[in-house]
Order: sequence, then C-alpha cells, then structure tokens
Amino acid sequence: MDTIYKKIADIVGSNYVSNAAEELYIYSRDQGVQPARLPDYVVMPNSTEEVQKIVALANKEKIPIVPMGGALVLSGLTIPQRGGIVLDMKRMNRILEVNEKSHYAVVEAGTSQGMLQAYLKKHHPKLKHSVPDAPPVATIGGNIAIHGSGHLSQSEGGFHTEMVTGLEVVLASGEAVKLGSCSTVPKWFSRAPIPDLAGLFMGWNGTTGVITKIGLKLFPSPKLKDVMMFMTEDVDSITDILFRIIDTEMAEDIAFFVSPKPAYFEGYQLIMISVVANSEKEMKLRLELIRESVREYIDSKEAGFLPLPPYMKVKLVGAPQKNLSEFADVMKGGGFEYVGAIMPVESIPEAYRAGLEITSKHDITYSMGARIVGRGSCVMFYYAYPFNRADSKNIETVAKALEETNEKALEIGGIPWKTEISGQQLILERMEPGTYKMMTEIRKLLDPNGIMNPGNWEVQS
Amino acid sequence: MKQEYADIIHRCFRCGWCKLPTNYQDFNCPAYLKYRFETFSSGGRMWLLRAWLNGDITTSERLQQIFFSCVTCKNCVEACALPHIKDKLVDIFIAAREDLVEKSAVPPPVRDYLKAMSISGNPYKKPQAERGTWAEGLDIPKYTDQEYLFFVGDVGSYDEVGMKMARSVATLLSDTGVSFGILGEDETSDGNDVKALGEAGLYEHLAKQNIGILNERGVKKIITLSPHGYNAIKNEYPEAGGNFEVYHYTQVLGLMMNDTMPKGTLNAKVTFHDPCYLGRWNDEYWAPRFALGSIPGIELAEMDRNMKNALCCGGGGGNFFTDILGTGKDSAAQVRVSEAVETGAEILAVACPLCYKMLDDAVKAEDLGEKIRVMDVAEIVNESRK
Repeated sequence: MDTIYKKIADIVGSNYVSNAAEELYIYSRDQGVQPARLPDYVVMPNSTEEVQKIVALANKEKIPIVPMGGALVLSGLTIPQRGGIVLDMKRMNRILEVNEKSHYAVVEAGTSQGMLQAYLKKHHPKLKHSVPDAPPVATIGGNIAIHGSGHLSQSEGGFHTEMVTGLEVVLASGEAVKLGSCSTVPKWFSRAPIPDLAGLFMGWNGTTGVITKIGLKLFPSPKLKDVMMFMTEDVDSITDILFRIIDTEMAEDIAFFVSPKPAYFEGYQLIMISVVANSEKEMKLRLELIRESVREYIDSKEAGFLPLPPYMKVKLVGAPQKNLSEFADVMKGGGFEYVGAIMPVESIPEAYRAGLEITSKHDITYSMGARIVGRGSCVMFYYAYPFNRADSKNIETVAKALEETNEKALEIGGIPWKTEISGQQLILERMEPGTYKMMTEIRKLLDPNGIMNPGNWEVQS
Repeated sequence: MKQEYADIIHRCFRCGWCKLPTNYQDFNCPAYLKYRFETFSSGGRMWLLRAWLNGDITTSERLQQIFFSCVTCKNCVEACALPHIKDKLVDIFIAAREDLVEKSAVPPPVRDYLKAMSISGNPYKKPQAERGTWAEGLDIPKYTDQEYLFFVGDVGSYDEVGMKMARSVATLLSDTGVSFGILGEDETSDGNDVKALGEAGLYEHLAKQNIGILNERGVKKIITLSPHGYNAIKNEYPEAGGNFEVYHYTQVLGLMMNDTMPKGTLNAKVTFHDPCYLGRWNDEYWAPRFALGSIPGIELAEMDRNMKNALCCGGGGGNFFTDILGTGKDSAAQVRVSEAVETGAEILAVACPLCYKMLDDAVKAEDLGEKIRVMDVAEIVNESRK
C-alpha cells in the first residue's frame, strides 16, 4: 500500500482519506472554467490535532496541501495546481461557542454558513452573522481565506475578514497558533489591541496556513425585514444615488445590479435596499428616510421605486438567495464564473460600460452588479458569465471574457477578488515590488518548503 | 441512459443546496452525511455520472458504492436550486443504477438482494408459503370481495418488526370494523425497492404478477402497510395496467379517527418521523399527524427536520436490504434518533416498517432505550385504546 496513504489513514481513519479515481476526479475541478488538476489524496480531518499531523506529514514529505471549504470558489483556488493533498475541512463543523453577551461566535473552519445561520436562529434568535451570497454549504473558513463579503457588509463594517475576532491556524510546520484576544485570554472578542497577525492568513487563499477555528462578530437580528427596489436608466447617477441611500444609515444591505433578462429590465439600473427594524414604527421611519434621500430623483421623474409584489419580497429578503444558483442554468449548461472586482463606488459607471463592451465583443450573456461594502468605502463589482458545461467552445469564450474582465477591472482601478491564477498574475504584475517581496518573504518564513496551496499568489515563471 | 437524462446531467452546477434541508440545520443527504466526500452528494453523483458516460472514469467498485449508497429519499429534489433538473435527480440516479445492473456492475449486497428477489420472490429467501404467517391467530380473512385489500409487503410479511407492525395495523382495522382481506401466500413483492435498485426488468415482472392477481380477485381499493408499497402501487402500477384506489394505512386511520374509531387516552409526548416514500415521494404529511393528534393525551413534538425537511432513516432506495451505508455515529438512523430524543419525546412514531426497524436498531446502537421507544402509529392507537 502507498505509505503516504497509510500514514494519512493512521491519522484520520481509513474512511476519511481517498485516492480513488472518483474522489480525485471531483476534487480536481470546481464549477468554473479553470482547468482541472488531479490531487493525489483527498483527506477529511476531524480536529485541529488531525490537521496538525497531516500538515506536519506533508511538510516532512514536501507534499502540497490545499485547504478546501465548501468548494464553491468558482475560480479554481482549491484546484491543486501541483497535486498533493486536498484537505476537505467540512467535517470540522462544530459551533464551539456563542457569546450572546459579547456578540461573537467561535466555530470550526468547516462550519457552513447555513448551519451557523440555523443554529443562531434556533438558539440565539436575536443575533445573526453576515452570510455571503454563496449557497449555504459555503464554509466560514473558506470565506475568510478569500476575503469574502456579503449581507451586512454595507452596514456592519465591511469584508467578512473585518468581522473576524480571532483565528486558530495550523502552520506549515504543524504548529497550531491562536491569533487575537484568544491568544492571551480565554475569550475570542477582538484581534486588537495586540499586533494583528490574523492578516497573515486572511485573503491568502490558504498559502500561509490552514485556518481551523474562527471567532466571528455577531450582529442584532431585528424581527422585521423589508426590501425596496430603486430603478434608473442613468448609470452615471448611480454613485450619487447610492451615497444618498448609504448616508441615511437606514439600510442594512445595498446592492446594485443589471441584467439583460428579463428583457423588460434591459438598460435599467436597479438598486436593492434591504431594511430591518424592531417595530413597525421604526420600519416606517427607515423606509421614509430612504425615500426622502432620493426624492429629487423621483420628483424629476428620472428614477423611482419599483413596486414589489409580496411573493417577490419574500424571495428578496432571504439570504442567501437560491435564485443566484439558478443563474448557472441560464444557458441550460450548469455553469457560471464571475470576476468580482473590489473597486471604489465611483467606478461603477465605468465598470458597467466595460462589462457591456466585453460581453458584446464575445457575444455572451451576463449579470452585473455591485455589493456595497463598508458604508461605501468600496464595492464588490461582479461580472458573471454563464456557460454551457457541455460546450467546450463556449467555455473557452467565457474564459477569455473573464481574463479580459480581470484586465479591465485593474485598468479602471479595481482589484479582482478571489481571482484565478491568471488574475493573480495580473495583480502581481502591478503590485509594488516591495509589497510582493514582503509577501514572498513571509511565505518563505511560514512555509519554507512551499507546500501551502502552491501556485497561488506567486509569480509564474 | 435515457436520452432525456443524458441531455441534462451537465446542467447540475454542484452548488451543494442538495446536501441540506431547507432550514440548513445539518447535512440531510444520508449518503453525504455518512461519507462526507463530495462524490457522495447528489451533485457529486451528477458530475461523476457525466464523467462515467463520457469515459473519463471507469466502472469501479467505488463508483458502484457511490451510486448504490443513494437512499432515494428525495431531499436533493426538495432542496436543489435548479428548477429544470431538480425533479429528475433521483430518476437519473436510478437510471444510472439500471445501467450498472445491466453491466452486472453492482456491489455484492445488491447482487445478493436481487438474486434473492429473483429466486425466492423476497429478500429473506423464505418460502412464499410463509408470506401470510404474520397473520396467524388474528382471524383475518383472505381477500374475496371485501372493500379493501390489506397489502403487507416483504418487510411486513417476513421481518420480525415488520410482522409486529402488520399485526398492529390489521388488529386495528379489524377492531374498527373495516372490511378487508389479505392475499397471504398469493401476495408478491411490490417491487418498489427492486426498481429503486435499478432492476427494471425484475420490477416489471413483480408488478405484473401482483397486478394479475389483484385484477383477478377484483381488488379495487388497497391499504398498504408500507409507504414503499404505497408508492409502487399508486404511482408505478398504473403504467403496467394496475389501476387501484390506494391508501397508506395512516390515511385510513386519519379518516377513522375523525368519527368511527372509539378513542382511548395515552398520556405521552410523541414525535413523528416522516417516511420518505410517504412524505417527499407522495406529499402526505398530515394523515399520520392527524391520527396521532386525535388521541387524547398525546402531545406532538416536531423534530427540527420534519415533513419536507425530514432526515431519512437511511433505509430507502434498497439500502434497508443492502446496508451499503452501514451503521455508525454519522448514519442517518443514529443521527435521527438523537434528534428525536432532543424533542423530549418518549415515543418516536413511525409509519413505515423499514423506518421502524432502522430506527429501532439505532435506538439500541445509541443506547437510548431508556429515553425513547419506537412505535408505529397503529401500535400507538392500539395502546391508547387498551
């Protein structure tokens, strides 16, 4: 028997390691258009101790190791570029603590967004966490590793990594370290006031260590929810409209979107505004203040609120929304990938026009939009392109469009988020040499054998 | 593989909604819950099937294990995000099994089950003459011209727990004056799980044999013990020429509890486990709850995963007989009984002989016998009337 396989099986149990062709096939690819690459083993640890042993073994044997959460990144970040071990973290899904008095939770990294959501709803209904737009099987750890954002990112402080109060991480050496207040006292309330080392692992796509536990901020969960939809034909007014709404501080979440389908929506810019409140009176006031903020546009007949039937409101107030996954079937083909570029709010009109140009050039359909992050410090502007998985030519076209979109996003002053290896190259080409040098030195220090998700965040020769 | 299915398998996005119930509480796909590899999720199966049909992977033992571990519980159908493929997911998995059966590429327990069904007509390899022994001493007539035929099925005919359940239902029907008879040794397996395991030819043979006898005897209305039999006779037999008015026994009880049945009392907290072939397959969630709720003294407590979100016991899709999923902490049955205990209920009510056996065994495996006992709905009604 393969000795590495046997050693891994001794750590996690033979049921939780596989080198069978079926597992290697599935874990070699994701839902996007990036090329598949086979791992050698798929391993599912059940504890930090097991992760430590596996990573130590991989380090000793110089085997690449790729941590994986919900496997929903779409841009190939968990595809093992140089083979090795894919570490499926979803068995580590325990909710370890919910501190209701201090509004934080501590979870294992493989805990799914949906499970934490359901747990809070049942046991702590006054609290919630910020969920991404991804399906509910997306994991908390995976989202942190890629700098995710989502519902509440507008109103509650920004990216999900900014909501992290502490981490436990397994280093390439096999050591487990705690970062944040949990390193010093037995509470996971904050990353301050000590030096913030958590940033060495957030947004690094697993290239510096394996995140095993996370402290996460929780937020009030008011019982009433409503949603408004504002519509205009003038993309150049979007920035002003968005800031008018943001500055009321009455909205929980704000997202802008455009779509050529249904046909009657084509050419319109839509802004979805989610509002929550603890009473009818509060809700009424919030909705009114938001309406007032854009009164000028309404009075000039340049824009207005779209009446939403109750059934549509029910769909829209939910998070995450199932219909986002439905986008994969627009081409009757089961696939989509998107460029999500982080950029200033003011770049929206230019980003939108660039998207139209690219999709028109490649004759592909699209969905575009932007989620407001951090009270308008930036947006995550997405260009989503569906494709037909059974049509290789269509896949090639979409891959080209994605590459061009990455380039365009950088050109207009944005930075592609959780981007493919090729997109990472574009970022690194533009990065200050000193910054890249520092990244490389940090990685060498933390991972001298280069086993942690190699191929990511490094200049390709 | 039917062209209709081959044309759509690439449309699965593998987004993972299929793993969860609609309240996201925990993994609700028994095979994924047990194995945890992406390959054992419905999305994983869809992608592997495409790879297999395209020749990218071979017909390995692992592939067989992956396909035959599906319990056909339809959680994925309920939870899938893609409206144009969701309803066909389980049909596609069954079609894949048909292809594997055709190639004789099945795990040994599946082979043994199908062999026993072919040779003995039942999975227990017992004589056909013993099909009616469950009714011994109950004075139940053979079906002649009664209003209903009581169709018992394989588990009710041969399995100890199933036989106990069949006796409970029959006793209750007798005591309350329902006009019914049984086929006894003339009954044939309903074939539901044979079909689910991909042996379409054998299923057809069994269905036609049953339909022949039922038509010959002039049966019009059928009460089934098992939701599996209910599903086959109600939904599949019409295509093979068998058109009957079919009820699951809880539906009959539900109606009787309203007026004709003298009610007793049972002071107990009860939680009900929805059988997949009654619930998600046939959209019947209320009849058993109505029957239980009609008993004075019973307090019904719902598990968090109930009705369309119910976690399967793990016995569907033939797994009751093949045990591909096996036991253990992550087996659906063991997770389910722990969930039942969390409600504070002292009785876990079931309406399917397969669920009964699976959950009863799980209570023992989890050493929960002092906290909860498994009873079928008819047993509970009978106990209330003592």
